Amino acid sequence: MSAHSQFAEDLALYALGALEGLERSELERHLEGCVACRSELQRLRGDAALLALAVEQVKPPAGARQRLMAAVAAEPRRTVAEVKPRWRMLTPVLAAIAAVLAIAVLALWRQNVDIDRRLAKTQREMQSLTQEYGQLQADAQHARDVLDVITSRDAVRVTLAATNAKPQPQGKAFYIPKSGRLVFMASNLAPIPAGKTYELWLIPKNGHAPMPAGVFRPDAGGSANVMMPSLPAGMEAKAFAITIEPEGGTSTPTMPLVLAGAAP
Amino acid sequence: MSDSQSQRAADLALIARIRAGDEQAMTALYDCYSGIVYSVALRVLSDSAAAEDVLQEVFLQLWRKPDAFDASRGALGPWLAVIARHRAIDRLRKRQPETDIEDTVLFVDADLEEEVARAEAAGKVRSALTAIPPEQRALVELAFFQGLSHSEIAERTGQPLGTVKTRIRSALLAIRKALTT
Repeated sequence: MSAHSQFAEDLALYALGALEGLERSELERHLEGCVACRSELQRLRGDAALLALAVEQVKPPAGARQRLMAAVAAEPRRTVAEVKPRWRMLTPVLAAIAAVLAIAVLALWRQNVDIDRRLAKTQREMQSLTQEYGQLQADAQHARDVLDVITSRDAVRVTLAATNAKPQPQGKAFYIPKSGRLVFMASNLAPIPAGKTYELWLIPKNGHAPMPAGVFRPDAGGSANVMMPSLPAGMEAKAFAITIEPEGGTSTPTMPLVLAGAAP
Repeated sequence: MSDSQSQRAADLALIARIRAGDEQAMTALYDCYSGIVYSVALRVLSDSAAAEDVLQEVFLQLWRKPDAFDASRGALGPWLAVIARHRAIDRLRKRQPETDIEDTVLFVDADLEEEVARAEAAGKVRSALTAIPPEQRALVELAFFQGLSHSEIAERTGQPLGTVKTRIRSALLAIRKALTT
C-alpha cells in the first residue's frame, strides 16, 4: 500500500507525460507488475483527456478541410496499396485451393465417366440377362408342358404293344447318373392291396446293395410315376427293379421282383 | 446511452469505411472531430498554421493507419484529442514523435462519444478548473499543454518537486470528481 501511495503522485505526472528520469523508469518497472496502478493510470489519462476536451473550441481555418482531402487524395490508393499485397499473400493459398478443386473435378469427371461406362455395361448385362431369362422361361414352360403331359391325371396313357399280345405291366426309367436325377413311369400295373406299396430300386453297378428309389401306388388305370427321388449323384446304375413292400417302404427289397430292367 | 452507443457504432463504421479507402468517410470524420483536434493543437502551439499542420498530420495518420484506433481503448473523440495534444507538444518541443502514443489506453467514466455529452463534460471540466487554486491549474497546464517535465515545472515555478507532484495529482482528481458528481 505504501508502494502505491508512493507511486500515486508519480502516476499523475506520468499520465501527463511529465515524469522523467529515474522516477519514470522506476514507475514503469512497478507498472509492469501492478494491475491496480495500471488501472489508475488509465483513469488518470482519461482525466487528462478531459483537459484536452475542455479547451476552448476554435474552428479550423476555412481551407483546412479541402487541404486535408487533397492530401488524402494524393495518398497512394489504399484499395491498390493494401488490398493487393493481401491478394498476393492469398495467391498461393488460392492456387492451392484451385489445384485441389481441379483435381477433385477431374476425379469426379473420371468417376462419372467410369460410372457411365459401368452403367452401360450393366444395362447390356441386364439386356442379356433379360434375354437369357426369357429363354429360361420358355425352356421352363416347355419342360412344364412335357412334364404336365406325362404326369397329368387328365393325360390319356396308351401303351402300344403287338396287336395280339395281352397288355403287360411295364416301367420306363429315365436316369442321369452324373446328377442322380430320375424319372420313372409305369403302366398296366396290377392294383395293390391295402397296407402294401410298390417300391422302385436302383441296383448299383459297383455291386453295392440295392438303393430305395421311391414308393408308389398305381392309379385305377395301373399308371404310376416317380419323380426325382432322393439319390446320390454319380451312382452308375446296373439295373432298376420293382418289388411289393409293406406300406412306407423298406431299405432292402423283398423278393420276387415284379419288374426289372438292366441299364444299357 | 443508446445515443452514445449508436455514436460509437457510427465511429466504428466510419473507421471501417476509412480502412476500405472511402474518402467520404474521412470527410465525415473530419466534420465530426476536426474542431477538437485543431483546438487542442492551437491551445498548445498558439499558432494557427502550426495547429493546422498538426490537424492534417493527425487525420492523415488515421487515414494511413485506421487500425491504430482501437475501440477498446476508449472513445474516438478523447483519443484524437490526446493524439493531437501529443503531436502538438512534439512539435512545440521539437521532439521526435512518440511512436507508441496511439497505444495509449484512456479510461473515462463519462460518455464522451456523443457531441452533446462531450460539450457537457467539457463545461464541467472548465468550471472545475476555475474552481481549483490558480497555482494548481497553472501546474497542470504547464505539464499538459506545454509538455514540461516535472523538474522543468519545479524549476520554472520555483516550487519544490514534491509540491508540484501533489498539486498536479490533486488537480487531475478534481477534474475527475467534477465529472462523476
